[in-house]
Amino acid sequence: MSAPDIPSRAPARAVLPERGPEPVRITLTVNGVDRAVEVEPRVSLLDALRERLDLTGAKKGCDQGTCGACTVWVDGRRVLACLTLAITCEGREVTTIEGLAEGDELHAMQSAFIEQDAFQCGYCTPGQIMSAVALLKEGHASDDREIAEWMSGNICRCAAYPHIRAAIRTVRDRA
Amino acid sequence: MRPISYSRATAVADAVAAVAADPTSDFLAGGTTEVDLLRQNVLLPRRLVDINDLPLTGIEDRPDGGLYIGALARMSEVAEAPAVRERFPMVAEALVLGASAQLRHMASMGGNMMQRVRCGYFRDASSPCNKRDPGSGCGALDGFNRGHAVLGVSEHCIATHPSDVAVPLVALDARIHTEGPHGRQVHALDDFFLLPGATPHLEHPLEHGELVVGIEVPGLAMARSSCYLKVRDRESYEFALTSVAAAVDLADGVIRDVRLALGGVATKPWRARRAEELLRGAPADIGAFRRAAREELAAARTTPLNAFKAELARRTVVRALATLTGTEHAS
Repeated sequence: MSAPDIPSRAPARAVLPERGPEPVRITLTVNGVDRAVEVEPRVSLLDALRERLDLTGAKKGCDQGTCGACTVWVDGRRVLACLTLAITCEGREVTTIEGLAEGDELHAMQSAFIEQDAFQCGYCTPGQIMSAVALLKEGHASDDREIAEWMSGNICRCAAYPHIRAAIRTVRDRA
Repeated sequence: MRPISYSRATAVADAVAAVAADPTSDFLAGGTTEVDLLRQNVLLPRRLVDINDLPLTGIEDRPDGGLYIGALARMSEVAEAPAVRERFPMVAEALVLGASAQLRHMASMGGNMMQRVRCGYFRDASSPCNKRDPGSGCGALDGFNRGHAVLGVSEHCIATHPSDVAVPLVALDARIHTEGPHGRQVHALDDFFLLPGATPHLEHPLEHGELVVGIEVPGLAMARSSCYLKVRDRESYEFALTSVAAAVDLADGVIRDVRLALGGVATKPWRARRAEELLRGAPADIGAFRRAAREELAAARTTPLNAFKAELARRTVVRALATLTGTEHAS
């Protein structure tokens, strides 16, 4: 059985450069801007954004990858910032809720959430919106059932789900 | 969470050499298990070697109609791949029914094979657990074990294997390709997942520093007619109580060939070989499905809390086979 072309027993460099455990200087590209920050390698992307870069839009809900409040995009894909180490994002594009608006012009999904009253306490909302915009790009919003399934990684304790789905439908149908 | 240091590898050989040379280093792929369990102090590596830049993301056709899935292909990419959806629908379905959209973008296929169990006693660093701390005992045996396994269990561990996609893959006789200190190895998937027995801390035959580089899925014509049926406590974003991956080759109402595997009920992705044996050559009717399901679950060892799983698994098998063969389901 032939194996694909992966070099076997290629000469390895003796030692990979190792960084940390003390704070190391890394550069994160967030919303199109390079930001230098000193963090320990164990620091999550979520903590780096909130505690070091004053980007507090992404929220810490569960901090264990279950609630979706920390949803951001890395290289254009929605991911959980709490289970992503900041240092692994060097060289990648990070987008947060703060990067959605164009100046004072809200993103269509942000406006739709306001129009449709798609939140109560608002804590999960940045994650919901980052997920919702990604969902439309991914093309899984044909009906409410599909929207619910593909938004299931974002929990809303106020149960604003019907209005969240309405906001997503609004933007979907405008496009 | 303890301090860690970090290296990023750009070549497979570098990553393998770095981890193999250091018992306190671990590979880091999507991070959905690793970072979670680091924060719980369940995993305690000194250093993480980031493998996300390794060139292992491809999904390639094989001459036999099968596929080779790079270990760093993300669950979402594999689920959307036309070759997977057309030729192995049960694989695509299992992927889409697992976790959430965000986690599927993060989690790699190799990492999915290496993910750790969701047993609450394993994940709680202060509970006894023979998997995390060999010889310390098992908190689940007399604890809250409603979600735990009923097949492949031992008196040392009853943790359920959590993967969805590994269930159709074991039905397909997939093979895990690894690169390690001793070169390239290929492991049949059914041998890759170890039963807990007296050594639940040993989950795979891999040596330290051996890296999963790809998953080979042999071609199988009847897999075009396959399905993954998942039963869970809520409709989405939840682990399976029971699940079934099934592929059937049907001719004139007779089952010429069949592949069947169970998830959510066993300590490893469970190939239902006894049921397959009984179904091969049998008429595609509810009686045959029930007989096969009953025989496969005959070995179930249950607790008062998870006893329902044996019956639920039997019904899930019957439902999956009935759906796939278009058989009338008299409930």
